[in-house]
Amino acid sequence: MRALEVLASGPFASVQDLGRPGRAELGVGASGAADRGALRLANRLVGNPEGAAAVETTFGGLDVRAVGGGYVAATGAPGPLTVEHGGRVRPVAANTLVRLPDGARLRCGVPDAGLRGYLAVRGGVDVAPVLGSRSTDTMAGIGPDPLRPGVRLPVGAPSGELPAVDYAPVAAPESGTLTLRIVPGPRDDWFTDAALAALTGGPYDVTSDSDRIGMRLSGPRLHRARTDELPSEGMVRGALQVPPSELPTLLLADHPVTGGYPVIAVVVAADADRAAQARPGQRVRFRRSPGAR
Amino acid sequence: MSVRVLRCADSGVLVEVGGLGRVLALYAALRADPPDGVTDLVPAARTLLLSLDPARADPDAVARAVRAAAGRAGTEAAPGEVFADAPPVRIPVAYDGADLDDVAAHTGLTPREVVAAHTGTPWTVAFCGFSPGFGYLAGGDPCLRVPRRAESRTRVPAGAVALAGEFSGVYPRESPGGWQLVGRTEVATWDLDRDPPALLRPGVRVRFEEAG
Repeated sequence: MRALEVLASGPFASVQDLGRPGRAELGVGASGAADRGALRLANRLVGNPEGAAAVETTFGGLDVRAVGGGYVAATGAPGPLTVEHGGRVRPVAANTLVRLPDGARLRCGVPDAGLRGYLAVRGGVDVAPVLGSRSTDTMAGIGPDPLRPGVRLPVGAPSGELPAVDYAPVAAPESGTLTLRIVPGPRDDWFTDAALAALTGGPYDVTSDSDRIGMRLSGPRLHRARTDELPSEGMVRGALQVPPSELPTLLLADHPVTGGYPVIAVVVAADADRAAQARPGQRVRFRRSPGAR
Repeated sequence: MSVRVLRCADSGVLVEVGGLGRVLALYAALRADPPDGVTDLVPAARTLLLSLDPARADPDAVARAVRAAAGRAGTEAAPGEVFADAPPVRIPVAYDGADLDDVAAHTGLTPREVVAAHTGTPWTVAFCGFSPGFGYLAGGDPCLRVPRRAESRTRVPAGAVALAGEFSGVYPRESPGGWQLVGRTEVATWDLDRDPPALLRPGVRVRFEEAG
């Protein structure tokens, strides 16, 4: 395939790879796919290196046309998929290798569960890298612009063989209450003892004030034991940062390198991808990770 | 030096070091030979964060390596000792910031004396953060220490020159911000067409000058 022509982007779509770690010295965050496991899987299905750039969708709605024939795979929560070619429309499955003939149109509907979908194309999306990555960092304003109708995404040359397996059995994104494991700290001592109990007592609702930077949650308030100003310090993905509203924000892929509000607890890395699939209105519960100190 | 090592689940180790000079000394000790699985070192005013690749890093081993490095590290370092000496940068400033009078009131100086203090001593970038290309400039005249504004502004223009705590900074692009604004500069501190894009990288020495 030579290119993917964007006909519609859905509510928000951008190019993402595994981001640009190691550039904190410039004040630049890692960014990259919000659900890294789903990006890796999509790339494996089309025989790309795991970190190749792909399209990340939000609430589906992507509509693209293949310029030249080739292979794609959609993972995560891409929504119901159809391929239109030669006047015929056929449904295709997620987590499957899909061949798109030249001129074929792939449409993503609205997912029933989950939030973010990944469309990998064999050869990878080959937009110009910025500071070593093709990811759009929405907080820093680095990388390619978010997708708009009319944009043509160039596709790179395929590198390896197509894998022998063309379907990956993965669990569908979760609907209902999402349980995320946390480890208290690094600043749990800035909060009252009751605050940690309130956090794990929950539940919290994901608000619509959520994006790639962070997910704002509504639920029990987390009272501070100390009210002095925290000097800004480094932040990690999965941190539950508590601003003066006393309601936690779960930091996602585009979080700033440093932040000035205390972090009461951090979601374990293995659950950070699942957190990135939580949609506004969905309910989240936090549980202390067994074995963690 | 003694440090307090805090965990960010399996994604990071946050080291409480105390002051900026000690942060930079520990940063220098770890930067040359980072522990396995560390993807980023994020120095800040009082702390150093080691971001981890959870698939490769053992947080307990990283914590041990941090304590060992703290034992080896000197007690204090200046940005100029940690980072390669970069050529000094001159930044012309129009000192007409909205908070200049508040800064004067807080420091007990006149607005003219604030300008003289800001331009009188060279500053050095200690670390970056907040947003790409936002350098935390340290080493300036200690009489300019002021708190952040009680209320953050939702929009601070690009090029705003500001003070907070022991630091001065230049906003690289329009963003929210809570620092005290003393002036503005035309100098672009973040430009992706430049390599490196950040003008104010750690170790860069800065001289502010009153724009004529």
